[in-house]
Amino acid sequence: MNHMDTSLGNRLDQIRRYALYAGAAGLIVWLLASAILGMRVALGAYLIGFLYVLGLSLGALAILMLQHLTGGAWGRMIRRVLEASSRVLPLVTLLALPVLLGMRALYIWTQADVVAGDEVLASKGWYLNVPGFVVRTVVYFAVWLALVFLLNRWAREQERTPYSQQSNWLRSLSGPGLVLYGLTMTFAAFDWAMSLEPHWFSTIYGVLFLIGQANNAFAFAVGVTLLLAWWRGVSETLSRDTLADLGNLMLAFIMLWAYIAFSQFLIIWSGNLPEEIPWYLARLRGGWGVLALLLVIFHFAVPFALLLQAEVKRNPRTLAGLAALVLIVRAVDLVWTVAPSFSTHGHHDGIWVALLAPVAIAGLGGLWLWQFVQQLRSRSLLPYPEETAHSLDASAEVA
Amino acid sequence: MSKRSAIYGVMAEFDHAEQLVEATRRTREAGYSRIDAFTPFPIHGLPEALGFRRTRLPLIVLVGGILGGLTGYLLQYYSAAVAYPVNVGGRPLNSWPSFIPVTFEMTVLIAAISAVLGMLALNGLPQPYHPVFNVPRFALASRDRFFLLVEARDPHYDHDSTWKFLESLGAREVFDVEH
Repeated sequence: MNHMDTSLGNRLDQIRRYALYAGAAGLIVWLLASAILGMRVALGAYLIGFLYVLGLSLGALAILMLQHLTGGAWGRMIRRVLEASSRVLPLVTLLALPVLLGMRALYIWTQADVVAGDEVLASKGWYLNVPGFVVRTVVYFAVWLALVFLLNRWAREQERTPYSQQSNWLRSLSGPGLVLYGLTMTFAAFDWAMSLEPHWFSTIYGVLFLIGQANNAFAFAVGVTLLLAWWRGVSETLSRDTLADLGNLMLAFIMLWAYIAFSQFLIIWSGNLPEEIPWYLARLRGGWGVLALLLVIFHFAVPFALLLQAEVKRNPRTLAGLAALVLIVRAVDLVWTVAPSFSTHGHHDGIWVALLAPVAIAGLGGLWLWQFVQQLRSRSLLPYPEETAHSLDASAEVA
Repeated sequence: MSKRSAIYGVMAEFDHAEQLVEATRRTREAGYSRIDAFTPFPIHGLPEALGFRRTRLPLIVLVGGILGGLTGYLLQYYSAAVAYPVNVGGRPLNSWPSFIPVTFEMTVLIAAISAVLGMLALNGLPQPYHPVFNVPRFALASRDRFFLLVEARDPHYDHDSTWKFLESLGAREVFDVEH
């Protein structure tokens, strides 16, 4: 429309191009490295990258549904970004194929001879079996894709005729949708990550993934929104009150993650049972212990202390910096959670998985970002065209 | 004691919120500092016009929270490791993971209590008597009128000139506020 929009479009095109380059480069390096490090390590790193980009799309879907249920100015500012994130899910679905095809290298419960000689695995066979895994994966993605499709379709129709029936539909779907997401992602986390160590179990494990995904997708949406506002030179349209709301929600997600993560640790540490504690013993020693400490500091202590301060939350720069920090520590969290599983059962591949994981995250993340920018450009950046940033600001003043 | 000491301050009544904000801003610009405004609903820009500063309440809450957390931890440390050491399943006496929940709860509890008590200490509530209520029309401050008060304690205060100044700001009426 005007000069500002053209330059914004050029910038987004540039990012889309660079994201595609980064994605291609990452995948090429990943392929070369897998030739040296072997299929198992390569797939392990790929799994971490896959879970990372899956979380960006699913977390966005979850916050989108949360926002349809609760409303609020904060949600309107980031809604188009969340919707664009969720619409990358078809690409993520394709990216799940290598996990399905490589499951025999990834999961020891797929090997009949191992299961036959292992009473515990044999007794879990009714759930942990190849057909069940495949069928469940199909069901998860069917549910998620249906939610993404309906929420985006109704949102687009709502844009044409605001205050229409679609607003009610969006709300009515979001409640059951959140329940479905909670159930499916819990089992998906069990299938894809927890079953790497099939003897170990934690019922709160899925919730940790839910929170981690929401935390990461929210930080991504806040970061993108702030960046867009900065580039358009309209950063003042983001009122300081809305920024404080976004910062408070980030704080809430950070605290919830710490609360759940510590709950799992405290229960297993207190029980100190031989079938539970090895998971933490492996992850609190040596280099993994350093990662654990980094998580405590940068996934909780630092953002927590900073987000307590009103000035940090109301400053777009510091808030964007914290969003970037969350995007990094989420990757560290996934590496710490998943990679040590490859150093069990007589293997010592964990360290290589951890070292290759950033390459996989860059590759899959690049592809994801490329598709995200594509989706972001396909629609308006703020919901309801007639409700400009100005009226968003005015509504914040009344509140 | 002079006649003036019997007066708590001078109060002006305004019809509109915008008038009040503007009058408040000009009163501050005229050098008055001990002023206050009364309105039926929150008005955007009024706190800034009054020159509200950030309070020390966040600091009080922070200190309360830290002290609460320390108290909670030391309480458990003292009872489990010093006063009554019991070997529970071979765990260390100072089992910090199991001390975290109580430490966390104590942090929240003392921080919340500090917030309530600190708020009361800083704003001087509860206050059963306040001179502004001696002005009969002040009851309208909770309905549809907007009031600006200049206290007699203000260094710039001079009864007659302050009165005239408030009138010049477009006040509907100006009152003496008696003690």
